[in-house]
Amino acid sequence: MDEGTLLEWLVAPGDRVHRGDIVAVVDTEKSDIEVEVFEDGVVGELLVDPGELVPVGTPLARIEPVGDGAPRASGPAPEPAVVTPAQGPPRGLPTTERTAGRILSPVVRHLAEELHVDLRHLAGTGTGGVITRHDVEAAVEVPPAPPAPSDPTSVPASATVLAAPDRIRSSPYARRLARERGVELLVSGSGPGRAVLAADVPDAPAAPPTERAGGMREAIARSMARSKREIPHYYLQTTVDLEASMQWLRAQNDTRPVVERVLPAALLLKATANAAARHPGLNGRWEDGHLPSSDVHLGVAISLRGGGLVAPGIADADLLSLDELMAALRDLTQRARAGRVRQREWTDPTITVTNLGDLGVDAVWGVINPPQLAMVGFGAVHDAVVAVDGVPLVRPVVVASLAADHRASDGVEGAGFLARIADLLQDPVALARPADAHTGGATP
Amino acid sequence: MSTTTYREAMRDALRAALRDDDRVFLMGEDVGAYGGCFGVSLGLLEEFGPERVRDTPLSEAAFVGAGIGAALGGMRPIVEIMTVNFSLLALDQIMNNAATLLHMSGGQCNVPIVIRMTTGAGRQLAAQHSHSLEGWYAHIPGLRVIVPATVDDARWMLQTALDDPDPVLLFEHGGLYGLKGELRDDLGPVDIDRAVVRRSGTDVTLITYGGTLGTVLAAADELAAGGIDAEVVDLRTLRPLDDETILGSVARTHRAVVVDEGWRSGSISAEISARITEGVFYDLDAPVGRVCSAEVPMPYARHLEEAALPGVGDVIRAVEELGFRG
Amino acid sequence: MSPLDPKHGRHLLEQMLRVRRMEERCAELYTQSKIRGFLHLYVGEEAAATGVMEQLLPDDAVVATYREHGHALLKGTPMTAILAEMYGVAEGCSGGRGGSMHLFDMEHRVYGGNAIVGGGLPVAVGLALADQLAGRERVTACFFGEGAVAEGEFHESMNLAALWDLPVLFCCENNLYAMGTALARSESETDIAAKAAAYEVPAWPVDAMDVLAVERAAARAVTAVRNGGGPHFLELRTYRFRAHSMFDPERYRDKAEVKSWRERDPIDLLAARLRGEGGLDDGSLAAIEERVAAEVEAAVAFAEAGTLEPLDTLTRHVVSEPTGGLVR
Repeated sequence: MDEGTLLEWLVAPGDRVHRGDIVAVVDTEKSDIEVEVFEDGVVGELLVDPGELVPVGTPLARIEPVGDGAPRASGPAPEPAVVTPAQGPPRGLPTTERTAGRILSPVVRHLAEELHVDLRHLAGTGTGGVITRHDVEAAVEVPPAPPAPSDPTSVPASATVLAAPDRIRSSPYARRLARERGVELLVSGSGPGRAVLAADVPDAPAAPPTERAGGMREAIARSMARSKREIPHYYLQTTVDLEASMQWLRAQNDTRPVVERVLPAALLLKATANAAARHPGLNGRWEDGHLPSSDVHLGVAISLRGGGLVAPGIADADLLSLDELMAALRDLTQRARAGRVRQREWTDPTITVTNLGDLGVDAVWGVINPPQLAMVGFGAVHDAVVAVDGVPLVRPVVVASLAADHRASDGVEGAGFLARIADLLQDPVALARPADAHTGGATP
Repeated sequence: MSTTTYREAMRDALRAALRDDDRVFLMGEDVGAYGGCFGVSLGLLEEFGPERVRDTPLSEAAFVGAGIGAALGGMRPIVEIMTVNFSLLALDQIMNNAATLLHMSGGQCNVPIVIRMTTGAGRQLAAQHSHSLEGWYAHIPGLRVIVPATVDDARWMLQTALDDPDPVLLFEHGGLYGLKGELRDDLGPVDIDRAVVRRSGTDVTLITYGGTLGTVLAAADELAAGGIDAEVVDLRTLRPLDDETILGSVARTHRAVVVDEGWRSGSISAEISARITEGVFYDLDAPVGRVCSAEVPMPYARHLEEAALPGVGDVIRAVEELGFRG
Repeated sequence: MSPLDPKHGRHLLEQMLRVRRMEERCAELYTQSKIRGFLHLYVGEEAAATGVMEQLLPDDAVVATYREHGHALLKGTPMTAILAEMYGVAEGCSGGRGGSMHLFDMEHRVYGGNAIVGGGLPVAVGLALADQLAGRERVTACFFGEGAVAEGEFHESMNLAALWDLPVLFCCENNLYAMGTALARSESETDIAAKAAAYEVPAWPVDAMDVLAVERAAARAVTAVRNGGGPHFLELRTYRFRAHSMFDPERYRDKAEVKSWRERDPIDLLAARLRGEGGLDDGSLAAIEERVAAEVEAAVAFAEAGTLEPLDTLTRHVVSEPTGGLVR
């Protein structure tokens, strides 16, 4: 990538930061990535506003040494290969909630400044937990608490009532649940005065990374071994021209507020889902025989911060509009990382997509998740020289790969499935529409 | 089973008591010839005669004290104080004698008296006729305070109260006399020391007694329509309070609102709230809410009185203020 | 004067002396902090209770005030139990729970011991009501000071007792002072017997420094009450020689007044009459005093040896035992 849009600041001027802390979220058109700092210090001035598109290398903020000294510019937008979502456990942040993709629009930011509302302690009621203007205005009705004496540069008012600004207000029951589950309390919750209530406490404990990865690693290991043992895999790939899709996407996103922008991954998922609806050999389960599914519940591989990979499903992905799919993807990702996936979402996927494009690999050869019939992979969207009408052109392309169960389908069906995905991605307008049942958008 | 009113159920209870035990007699202002200020004792004078259904002069202190003395002397008096408002004139006898004789005498003097009083507001009777002081009386060791809210309880709590060797104050909310309900004729004397869950629920416990039970049940129905499943606890007794039922419920629902027609400050709702904090603090997902009467002597004007008293809307608002998504 | 049976006279004297010596000993014990709280002594008024109690039967009831040690003793409560109660030990007649102001003894039908002025009258009315309803021929004697006639409960009780013809003997011990307030400063109508009459209750003023006068009046009244004559009222005109309680500096009355009343000490008056009629001499008086002194010392010893109730039974007697529940 050569440019990126700053989506969200996770720190504010005056915050103490430590080496390795995640301080911002940046949109790279493929996925959101987290930006970390490499020194200890105090956040000084934020140089880029959320929503701004900046070239790689632009300083994003100043980090000042603790106590005194000349300010140093720091935190340029990193190369995607250096920073990944699965970088390691976030340090210095008490909750997973805060690091979920929350977006602060310029309106919200300005309003908060005007009304002296501390956005760090605000829970958003917008889609995906986004802070809306209404949230900011509602927070003003709560009388401001005095600023913490150790934090003279922080915004003077806080949305929490009666407590010191950095104290978590929570119900006794919520505290007890958090203790029992071994999770950290959220900074703010859904209760009055942003108090954390029982419903805000995450279900599953956020185990220390090694512990959690250990448990999950074992489970993945078992599943992978079973898959390779039982499922006769065959593999196909194709390279898809994404010129039409990327152009359309850019045009769309230009006119949309940041909260409504669509990632390329969503298009890829939508095309996969729509194609899967027409290919029963690849969409369904194998349990003592082929059980095709008339529904497409699209499993999406999501990497977890502590390590490990999970693949919960988006229900009826073929019937959703692109916007709906995007919203579902955001929500599912956030909840998967917070450990709040519903039971149904684990057990229903009929086909899974793994997208490691942001890691820079060209193609992915996946291992099918039993009892599914196929695993679709997408590599990095990259520029390549393509022959178009006999003329070499530079186009964005992506390599789509298929690992499929040879008991349920053969190469002919698999090739047809990949070809359909490629076709669908040539007509993003049709792809974006909510489908009638199983027409998939493009003509068969 | 039969359909009857709270008033008639209480009358049946009185009649059965008078009939079954010669030691029982009813004494109070206008209980005989008038038939009872609220019609509860209508017909009893004709049935049992003036010795057993005694009209008294307007001397609350004397006839309550006489009831105490008669109880000491082996009788089982039912003393009716026309309303809790007038009981203040007999407060010395109730507190310094009825509640205290057993203890002062080192256990020698039982006072098996039942004192019935009408309580509550809602009929535009203004400041001196609208008190709910049962919470006050619940403060006093040595007394039992019971508050029947249903037709069954009106019929069957009295006998248990009469059988108790110690003083029992029985409060009848004035708005309940016309309450119609199914009476279980075969129930027999019921306990006077347990609360009852009148409506099971999972999201919040609504705790109340007496005249406000109907309001709270109606609020629970409305809350249900909005997706909040409320459990309603009818206290039935204010002294002793049934900690087990109250705390057990709140431990399950994690939220509580107490609805009490007394004034908020220093009321029985404050006591219950304190007990909930003491007992199940670590199960609470919200502060304990309270809906009480406004802190003002009861005004006469209808709209003001309505606004002063706990209403369905107040209960719903209190639940919503707990701040949870249903 | 009608002839006085010497034996009976000596009996009355001994009864009065038992009260007097007990009360004096209590005063001493109070200064030694063995008795705490309030202590209201009956010294000088002994004839009132003695005369009335002589006319009561064991089965009759007595309701009295906080100045009731003599009433309890004369009704039959052992002096040991009374002293023990004053000491606050478990062997007291009220289990140590009541103290000086709350002596209760069901065996002898002593219903306190009431600390609220006027508070015992309605209870006495009720005890009488129970007897009437049950058809028993018992009398309830209710003692109170003249200060109580200012309380509403007095008027309500008189009215109710008269209205229902209840067997109550109202005994007003008029010692002229309600704590520190003289009668004339508290009552518009200081003729107390007249107040009772306003309720159609037969009422007689009695010189209560003369135990024989009390006895005569009480005999007439008790008989009338017992035989269905309805409530009767005795205004027992007496005087307390000591202060209202151990805290009272007596600023409200004249020492000369006290002195003049002491000249009519009921014990001295009776003793003088007995001597005059040959019913008493130094020897018999000494014998009486010795007996009384022995009784007092035995009671003090009993109290001194008493046991304190254990703390873990603090909340006993709030509800009845053993079940605290249903007793038919």
